[in-house]
Amino acid sequence: MESEIDLIKKIEAYLFQELSENEKNDFENQRSNNPALDHKVVEHLNFLKNIQAYGDKKSLKAEMDQIHAGLNLSDITHSVTETSSIIINFWHRYKTNLAIAASVGIICTIITLLSTGQFTKNSQNSNYSALKRDMDNIKKSQNALIRGYDVSTPNKTNNHPSQFGGSGFALTNNGYFVTNYHVVEGADSVYIQNNQGQSFKVNIIYIDPTYDIAILGISDSTFKNLPSLPYTFKKSVCDLGEEVYTIGYPRDEVVYGKGYLSSATGYGGDSTAYQVSIPVNPGNSGGPLLDNRGNIIGLIKGKQTQTDGAAFAIKSNFILQSLDNIPEDSLKKKLNINKQNNMAGLSRTQQIKKIEDFIFMIKVYNKD
Amino acid sequence: MNNNSKHIKLNDNEIVLGILNNSSSTLNFLYKLHFPMILQLIINNNGNQDDAKDIYQETIIVLHDKIKRGDFELNSKLKTFIYSVSRRLWLKKLNQKSRFFGDINDFEDFVAVETDIEQHEEKDKQFLLMNDSLSGLGEPCKTIIEDFYINAMSMQDICEKFGYTNADNAKTQKYKCLQRLKKIFFTNNQ
Repeated sequence: MESEIDLIKKIEAYLFQELSENEKNDFENQRSNNPALDHKVVEHLNFLKNIQAYGDKKSLKAEMDQIHAGLNLSDITHSVTETSSIIINFWHRYKTNLAIAASVGIICTIITLLSTGQFTKNSQNSNYSALKRDMDNIKKSQNALIRGYDVSTPNKTNNHPSQFGGSGFALTNNGYFVTNYHVVEGADSVYIQNNQGQSFKVNIIYIDPTYDIAILGISDSTFKNLPSLPYTFKKSVCDLGEEVYTIGYPRDEVVYGKGYLSSATGYGGDSTAYQVSIPVNPGNSGGPLLDNRGNIIGLIKGKQTQTDGAAFAIKSNFILQSLDNIPEDSLKKKLNINKQNNMAGLSRTQQIKKIEDFIFMIKVYNKD
Repeated sequence: MNNNSKHIKLNDNEIVLGILNNSSSTLNFLYKLHFPMILQLIINNNGNQDDAKDIYQETIIVLHDKIKRGDFELNSKLKTFIYSVSRRLWLKKLNQKSRFFGDINDFEDFVAVETDIEQHEEKDKQFLLMNDSLSGLGEPCKTIIEDFYINAMSMQDICEKFGYTNADNAKTQKYKCLQRLKKIFFTNNQ
């Protein structure tokens, strides 16, 4: 038996090809005939590989250490910790808590807004009420009148559960009228009724929801042209404190109300309207607001419920503006605005007598 | 070399090829490319700069060995592989130190690298064993073995370096050393 060291010698000599051809063949023969020897050779080769791997790893480590030494560690650490570590870490750690806190906050806000009524548009305007009249309570008497004048729709009116009403006034003597958009909003059919109780069917020919204006045109053949209009529309803005009055239909009879201009803007700073201190009620919507000389300066549209004597009227120049916006082809007759005022010198009672023929009750029939 | 590596940009394939061919500039590039990511990972998870260095170098060794074995296929990004290996290694380390407070804070995708880690651990064991065995061997045997088998010096050079009278003497000395090393290694391995 060869000693271990001789074996190593032989294997190494074989490995590094230092053997002669004969010796090499001899060795290979021995290997194939002697499994124990073969095993030792394999083991040795493996061991050498192990040393090689050890060396490789060591040099790789040394190389990396050198690269590492060349790094600017503080810079890298700084960039990593400043930009991401603290913030991202914080975020990762607390994102659940933040999400819960945020949701609780949002829910609280919504609940608060809901409970205090700040949230819904409706309750925001709770101070404001449009002066359109629900005519359910007076329906019966109305129906009777309508039957008398409009034979074609006696049954129809019975089928209409909700009716609303407001006021309106003549723009011209040939059958154009103005009222509030909110009075005729959603209407199936609209009628006007004069102070003698005669009703005429009208069509809505133009609406302007932003200014709350609706222009009506007569579609009833029984309607006869009115006498020429005694009033004109004031184009300029009126001064505070000016005495004004209105005539409308808060009930079945025409009602006169007197007051003064209290502010140049309407509800919530609305610059298209005046604030007027005047007694108005549901049904006054759409009625004219006149000054001492009998000029139309506005169109009553609503009032503030929590405050005494704060009614609102659309400024007359916005009515004129709306008239200009009406498309030509929706006008069957000419729409000429009267420029002659016949009431300037008259007393208030005489003015009212003259004007009340031109002020109408607007009756609105809805399907539902 | 350093200046060059700052300007070159290599894609994953080029990096793999470079590592396969022992390109030191590629290693340099690769090392600098992903170290910040691993530093961030370790620092975010209860580690320090030295931990990051150890983990990152171990990761590069895993990658290096895998590429050298020839079974590295680029089915995920190199970055993802490196992140995954580092993440796994750091989890293990945290477990050992029982400094582990639940899951790791991830900020990158990761893939399963368990087999690579196992292979690496096996190799690492051999490495440590060899390291211990060589240390136990003492001088001059350790240096002779390293010079011949690792640094591939010729027997003539070794002979001169250690002042042996002739190469045969040196050779005999080397065989003796190798025999002793084998003995230590296999004894420890049992």
